[in-house]
Amino acid sequence: MTSEILRVQRLGKAFLRYSSEWKRMAGWLGMAQQPLDRHWALRDVTFSVARGESVGLIGRNGAGKSTLLKLIAGTLRASEGTVTAHGRVAAILELGMGFNPEFTGRQNALHAAGLMGIHPDAIHAELAGIEDFAAIGEYFDQPTRIYSSGMQMRVAFAVATAFTPDLLLIDEALAVGDLSFQAKCFARIETMRASGCALLFVSHSVEEVVKHCARALFVDAGALRLDAPSREVANAYLDHLWGHARGPAPAAATLPAEFFGSTGVERFTTRPFYRADEHRWGAGGARIVDYYLESEGQSYPSPVRSGARLRIVMQVRFERAVEAPVYGLLIKTLDGIFLFGTNSAIAGGGAAHDAAAGDVVGVEFALPVGLNSGAFLVSLGVSVTDASGALQPIDRRYDSILLQVVHDQPIWGLVDLGAECRILESTARVDG
Amino acid sequence: MNGMLASAWRYRRFIASSILAEFRARFTRSRFGAFWMLAQPLAQVAIFSFVLSGLLSARIPGVPGPHAYVIYLMAGTLCWSLFADVITRCLTIFIENGNLIKKISFPRVSLPLIVVGIALLNNGALLLAIVAGAVLLGHSLSLELLWLPLLMVVTLALATGLGIILGVVNVFARDTGQAVPVVLQILFWLTPIVYTASILPVEYRHVPDLNPLTRLVQAYQDILVAARAPDWIALVPLAGISAALLLVALALVRRAGPEMADVL
Repeated sequence: MTSEILRVQRLGKAFLRYSSEWKRMAGWLGMAQQPLDRHWALRDVTFSVARGESVGLIGRNGAGKSTLLKLIAGTLRASEGTVTAHGRVAAILELGMGFNPEFTGRQNALHAAGLMGIHPDAIHAELAGIEDFAAIGEYFDQPTRIYSSGMQMRVAFAVATAFTPDLLLIDEALAVGDLSFQAKCFARIETMRASGCALLFVSHSVEEVVKHCARALFVDAGALRLDAPSREVANAYLDHLWGHARGPAPAAATLPAEFFGSTGVERFTTRPFYRADEHRWGAGGARIVDYYLESEGQSYPSPVRSGARLRIVMQVRFERAVEAPVYGLLIKTLDGIFLFGTNSAIAGGGAAHDAAAGDVVGVEFALPVGLNSGAFLVSLGVSVTDASGALQPIDRRYDSILLQVVHDQPIWGLVDLGAECRILESTARVDG
Repeated sequence: MNGMLASAWRYRRFIASSILAEFRARFTRSRFGAFWMLAQPLAQVAIFSFVLSGLLSARIPGVPGPHAYVIYLMAGTLCWSLFADVITRCLTIFIENGNLIKKISFPRVSLPLIVVGIALLNNGALLLAIVAGAVLLGHSLSLELLWLPLLMVVTLALATGLGIILGVVNVFARDTGQAVPVVLQILFWLTPIVYTASILPVEYRHVPDLNPLTRLVQAYQDILVAARAPDWIALVPLAGISAALLLVALALVRRAGPEMADVL
């Protein structure tokens, strides 16, 4: 028994286009026809998944994520390469597939499980469990056409996950139902994982991937760009997305007093709260060499008092001339949840500045720290606008600073949204 | 081929409940439910017998009895409706289930099997109505009726084979879906269902014989109208063609199946 559940080797999928569909059909009869063109939706993808492992799959729309899942699920046939699965693979590419509105929840459960190829005896054995998990009460024996979409998703998810496979493929299907049901869905998946079921999970939500998967794959333009721990992949993906955000021209920055006289040497790693396991990358041409934190007159404060104004200053040394560089800031929770991000083009306003080779520029972000008590990760970056108007990272230092925040009140959640509360004098009194 | 049938057998539960779904969708929220399944063909028999035998006194040469023509017409209809029902449904079955084909890995051959099940139930209801009508009209039926299931198998094989091929082609060339109903309509009138070949002018009398369905329809008419066993020898070539078409169709599903998912 191998510990590997799935091996994908040099997998590629091309969609062929012919000048006429009749030419495609002539091809089946053995009359070879040259297609007009081949669109490679996916190419040269190699990875493997171990038993019980949970792997996230992220990428933009059209990157090839769904094609990859379909190839593994077997609904599409690979144009090249191989998919080898050592066990039963189940896919939830869409919830509620094959549901018939006139069937009751129970009948649909039987019907949909039949469509999944489950043996009738096994379906009947699991039916009570499905009813229990869906938890929609007597509606389970009512026709699905009268269900709310949330109720239908509950039944669909209950059926889809009732039979633990060796590998479960999920395509964006988990954003269903209310929050408590979502939590229940994730709990069910955790249970499946604990019993040895591996998970390959597509999501646009970087937070979900970071939360549920130790490892992630980043697919872009049909190629596997990165196969790494999910936090690292999430960073690469966010960068990829941010890199294409467009905004107004950045503000001219003035060097704050703390950096006057600095020579622009690398001091970043020597500063308090620097995290050695930062994720640093970029095309090069400029380097973020130093940073400075200040709040309530204190340098490198720890902890920062929630609600106080925090200045985050970074120093960038340019190694070549860069036209209109854009500086970015991102604050995340320890488990990767994206709390707030901005850049100089968005937060700065005003005119662009151009940097010459050898310039040392200080950039200050000042913000009220509206966070709850806890530790947070700060990421800094500098990008350049390329010919197509997209931003390309020059130097990015993700999760490079650990920020401790303390809130003087016991509030709930991650952030302090600054709520006010007043008791209003009652205008009427009920007697008796 | 065996693999295909074995996988279809594993999906029998899904096939059965899909057939059930069709009828449930049709009859749900209606008070008399399945009664309507019989009511429609019964009404057809009743109207034909009233108008044709009662008002127009239509007769067919060589067969005595006032209602022979009604039975003749219904025998042809029984065959034709099975044939046309299967072809029409198969024509769109892959397109209509495109999302299912793209997102769930299941044997595609289950889809035409669902069509066959639905069409057989429809046809069974029509047969019941015809038998009931014949009994009411006092037309004598014989044990030759027991040949009918065999004829249905031939009809089904022919229609399913053709239907699957057309259904697959329709996925890639959607003109097929528009052309087939037109061709079916022409084919209907090239088949001696409403008329008998003997009433045609001599120079056109051979035309229906060019249509392979003619022999099949005549076999139905032999059983129901004349109460005699069909001319099996004459049917052998058609049965052979049907079996061959069915094999071609299954091979096509296997060959073209992956590309279907690509273009759906």
